[in-house]
Amino acid sequence: MKYVNQPVQKTDAMALVTGKPVYTDDLAPKDSLIVKVLRSPHANAWVDTIKTDTAKKVPGIVCVFTYEDVPQKRFTLAGQTAPEMSPDDRLILDRHVRFVGDAVAIVAGETEAAVDLALKRIKVKYQVETPVFDIHTAKDNPILVHPEEDWKLKIPLGGDNKRNLCATAREEHGDVDKVLSECAYTVEHTYHTRANQQAMMETFRTACYMDHFGRLIVLSSTQIPFHIRRIVGRALDIPASKVRVIKPRIGGGFGAKQTSVSEIYPAFVTWKTGRPSKMIYSRYESMICSTPRHEMEITVRAGADEHGIIRALDVYTLSNTGAYGEHSSTTVGLSGHKSIGLYRHTEAYRFCFDVVYTNVQAAGAYRGYGATQGIFAVESAVNELAHKMGMDPARMKELNMPVEGGPLPGYPDVPYAQSCAMDRCMARAKEMMNWDSRSLSQDMGNGKVRGLGVAMAMQGSSIAGVDVGGADIKLNEDGSYTLALGCTDMGTGCDTVMAQIAADCLETPMENIVVFSVDTDISPYDSGSYASATTYTTGMAVVKACQELRKKICELGAEMLQTEQENVDFDGSYVFCAEDENKKVSLEEIGLKSTFFNNIELQVVKQHSSPLSPPPFMVGMVEVEVDKETGNIDVLDYVAVVDCGTPINPNLARVQTEGGIVQGIGMALFEDVQYTDKGKIRNNSFMQYKIPSRMDIGKIRVDFESSYEESGPFGAKSIGELVIDTPCPALAEAIYNATGVRVRELPITPEKIAMGILEKEMEK
Amino acid sequence: MNIKFWLNGIQRQEEVDPGMLLIDFLREKGCYSVKRGCETANCGLCTVLMDEKPILSCSMLAVRIDGKKIVTLEGLQKEAEEFGTFLANEGAEQCGFCNPGFIMNVIAMLRELEEPDEEQIKEYLAGNLCRCSGFVSQTASILKYLNYKKTQEEA
Amino acid sequence: MLKIKSYVKVNSIEEAYELNQKKTAIVLGGMVWLKMGNRNISTTIDLSGLGLAGIQETDEEFVIGCMTTLRELETDKRLNEYTQGAVRESVRHIVGVQFRNCATVGGSIWGRYGFSDVLTMFLGMDTWVELHNAGKIPLTEFVDRKKDNDILVNIIVKKQPLRVCYMSQRNTKTDFPVLTCCVSLIGNEARTVIGARPARAMVVEDQEDILGNFDQKSEEAKKEVIQKFADYAAEHVPTSGNMRGSKEYRTLLVKVLTRRAWEVVGGMKDEY
Repeated sequence: MKYVNQPVQKTDAMALVTGKPVYTDDLAPKDSLIVKVLRSPHANAWVDTIKTDTAKKVPGIVCVFTYEDVPQKRFTLAGQTAPEMSPDDRLILDRHVRFVGDAVAIVAGETEAAVDLALKRIKVKYQVETPVFDIHTAKDNPILVHPEEDWKLKIPLGGDNKRNLCATAREEHGDVDKVLSECAYTVEHTYHTRANQQAMMETFRTACYMDHFGRLIVLSSTQIPFHIRRIVGRALDIPASKVRVIKPRIGGGFGAKQTSVSEIYPAFVTWKTGRPSKMIYSRYESMICSTPRHEMEITVRAGADEHGIIRALDVYTLSNTGAYGEHSSTTVGLSGHKSIGLYRHTEAYRFCFDVVYTNVQAAGAYRGYGATQGIFAVESAVNELAHKMGMDPARMKELNMPVEGGPLPGYPDVPYAQSCAMDRCMARAKEMMNWDSRSLSQDMGNGKVRGLGVAMAMQGSSIAGVDVGGADIKLNEDGSYTLALGCTDMGTGCDTVMAQIAADCLETPMENIVVFSVDTDISPYDSGSYASATTYTTGMAVVKACQELRKKICELGAEMLQTEQENVDFDGSYVFCAEDENKKVSLEEIGLKSTFFNNIELQVVKQHSSPLSPPPFMVGMVEVEVDKETGNIDVLDYVAVVDCGTPINPNLARVQTEGGIVQGIGMALFEDVQYTDKGKIRNNSFMQYKIPSRMDIGKIRVDFESSYEESGPFGAKSIGELVIDTPCPALAEAIYNATGVRVRELPITPEKIAMGILEKEMEK
Repeated sequence: MNIKFWLNGIQRQEEVDPGMLLIDFLREKGCYSVKRGCETANCGLCTVLMDEKPILSCSMLAVRIDGKKIVTLEGLQKEAEEFGTFLANEGAEQCGFCNPGFIMNVIAMLRELEEPDEEQIKEYLAGNLCRCSGFVSQTASILKYLNYKKTQEEA
Repeated sequence: MLKIKSYVKVNSIEEAYELNQKKTAIVLGGMVWLKMGNRNISTTIDLSGLGLAGIQETDEEFVIGCMTTLRELETDKRLNEYTQGAVRESVRHIVGVQFRNCATVGGSIWGRYGFSDVLTMFLGMDTWVELHNAGKIPLTEFVDRKKDNDILVNIIVKKQPLRVCYMSQRNTKTDFPVLTCCVSLIGNEARTVIGARPARAMVVEDQEDILGNFDQKSEEAKKEVIQKFADYAAEHVPTSGNMRGSKEYRTLLVKVLTRRAWEVVGGMKDEY
């Protein structure tokens, strides 16, 4: 039985579908104090005075904390490996509040009603200051979001808090201006992507309690248990060794839980009071004080020769990090690195960026992590360039796309495209969409018009030279295995994927492997599940650990057979003598033997870190139908063909793709975090911030064209983030082909289309 | 206030606060399958059956279940396993957090509609949000389950 | 958070009315809106024991109890036959089946919400509301009445000969509408209702009698008056902007949806 590349059911499936209590709030101690946070009504203000006496007197209230009670060392909530690239710009509670929703006080009490009442009774006098909202004037604005002297960037990334600048950089190869001036065709446009909510179904939540050693146990819905241990330690100014983080099942993450959004508050309460506590974010809180996608404004200049070969790309990204800098210097990089790389003939390119602080909710990690924004801009610009030349955009992509063995300009994390089936992805997508025999636009004669659109995308697989995957596998006395992991299955199924890899490596049934994750006291170190790293990085750690365990099993087997190790083989069930197959010991016997008078430990811990980040690739094609009068858009058919290397679990890879595309459709067509002129979020619920329902999507058809990535487990690369990158540019292009209206600012609403059509008619 | 009701087939009598929402009451009674995904009646995660009809337990006062029959996924374990296997075989359960509400509504739909087609399925389940799956595999699992039920009946 | 001090399942409308005279009391509908509020309520009044859930049909009218759910409106064969499916169309986009199993028609009509599909739909028919104290009044009058402490008991739809079409534009399929439109021929009366402007639904007064004798006109003439009336409506229906759409877009939609709905009612199009 082989498991890799098989659509195996997830190991936790039955618990999930029968509604078992496996999530944080189901498992939180029943006597947990309820923790809530008083939030700032102002976008930029200082706490002048804060009175908590009456709040503390509310029956059932255990504690109320203000900025005067918390450690005064700044830290970041970003879940990133050392050296942390996000600035230390946070305190648990700060006198200076920097967005509507920023934390002002922490209240903990026996009941929610008591806590709610106490929150109302806290009297705060604010010194209100003018906020800075406009991303264009934020840089070098006299109003500073972080005027404090102890703001700190641990590594030089060009950030300067006295300029409202979180990061800035310029990367250049060749003479872009010169090459562009030589190009037969050029375009220059600015594209604007808006903040989007990750909107995982389970909001942020954490429960904490003290153990019998006086250590703080943090039970949390997180993608980054090991980073949480460090972040909580730093925030509370206690040794990380005093903190143990446990991750139960997680109700989705999409990057949102790569930031420590909810942990520090109950952690502080439990550390101070010794009592169990929990903080369950409401959807409202998840919408107003977490870390949505960075709003970016991206200007692209692209130039092609008369044959359609793209010779130069110039990308400038202005990114809005909001009030705090989590993930900001890193996300912005992907807006250039993952977009310019799609065009292999590029002789010259330039990529510059500024990341500015403003007084809105801080941004953070969201699936795609900057690539989504950059690919929308660059893919749209290239599509516009193709139209300018009168060329089929798909044809232009075919002429310029990455090829196996070819270069990936501006992408520093592999020397060249080692594994790449973009050409096959395009060919297959065209075939599925019947692209070549159809017109890009089709008038249906009933006031509706259809359009086709195309986009390419690439992402990475882990952060090259940074991410660490860990696997700890041991043989038990009954011949079963336990695989302990530090990566975080958030519904994606990585626990299952790792078990599939282990089962094939050990030639054993999957049922024979128990997967355990995550407890920072027990699990091997793993940087966590983000950056499309888990299958590629932790998967290799599993391969390495299993290979070594096989050797150890043979060693002990040989000892039992009273022969040398080189004389035996292992077939998953037995260790046997190569020369006499009747001389054998079973796995169970070996397992049992390992429990008495034994000096060969049948347990292996391995880490894996890759110097490379081989990109997965994909092509997305979409057909839309637009109502010419109302601008109403129906997404009829979405075709996605993906090269993620070997799909370890084709079912889970397909569902990743379908889910990513639907999130991308939401981003493209209607998701948009909107603010009032006072900086308050207008769409702060699922009633006002609409994510796609099953009525909002048409057909989605997914296929795989796999390359084989030598550096990945069984040839695998990543898939999780890549799949959100094509809908924005593909839909913008399809809508353009249908209506002649090019929308460069997301989301592409019916209003923008209808008004755009009217405008075009007026011009005629 | 004192109320009398059936929870998963068992008659119970409980004291409830007049302001308590059914979702909180049910979780307090150990029905942890009932999840909260929003506060605005938009996500469908808290779906339970009241007198056979799917309702949002976040929008129902607990006192209003007096005299009524409430069913949560805890009371439909066999059905959940049966249909859930189809869901899991598509890889569609994903993070699982929306699963109980979704499966409750699937069960309600199959009791209410005879042989629903794809459009009817989508419309009936429109109030069940899922951020992981993109819905495609959920629909596929329902169609396969319907097909299985049909062949079973025919056999 | 919503705070509720007491709950009374009343035994009579009279009892409900008495309790409701206190300012901090409130009549429960389906609670889907109420629970989002941040208020202190002294008494919640539950009418669900009074047999007011359900639709009764007589030769002259439909009597729809205030506790009837939106889902019951959606699935009621008689009501949908009478309205050529318009009632179903008006509610089927509202969030989801579970939501519509909770939300009541009484709550929707009583609230007179700007975004209300239900209000738009019922304004497009010869609808009356039966109030405990004020008695039966036309919905067209009720819609602009100040909120008071009366109790809405029934919604009555007079079974006039009816041709009706309901349309809405939404940014997503289950979102609040950007604009709603219900046009109808009630007997000989041509009525056009526009809602979610985003202010509450209104009947568009045809002061120039553009649609007079609509049904007697030739198809050619119908086309002409429809276009004329669509322009007229766009000019006369006050709209404004909010998160879902600008004033200008809404006015454009007034024109488009009005024209389309009349084309359907005029028999020139089956659907859009």
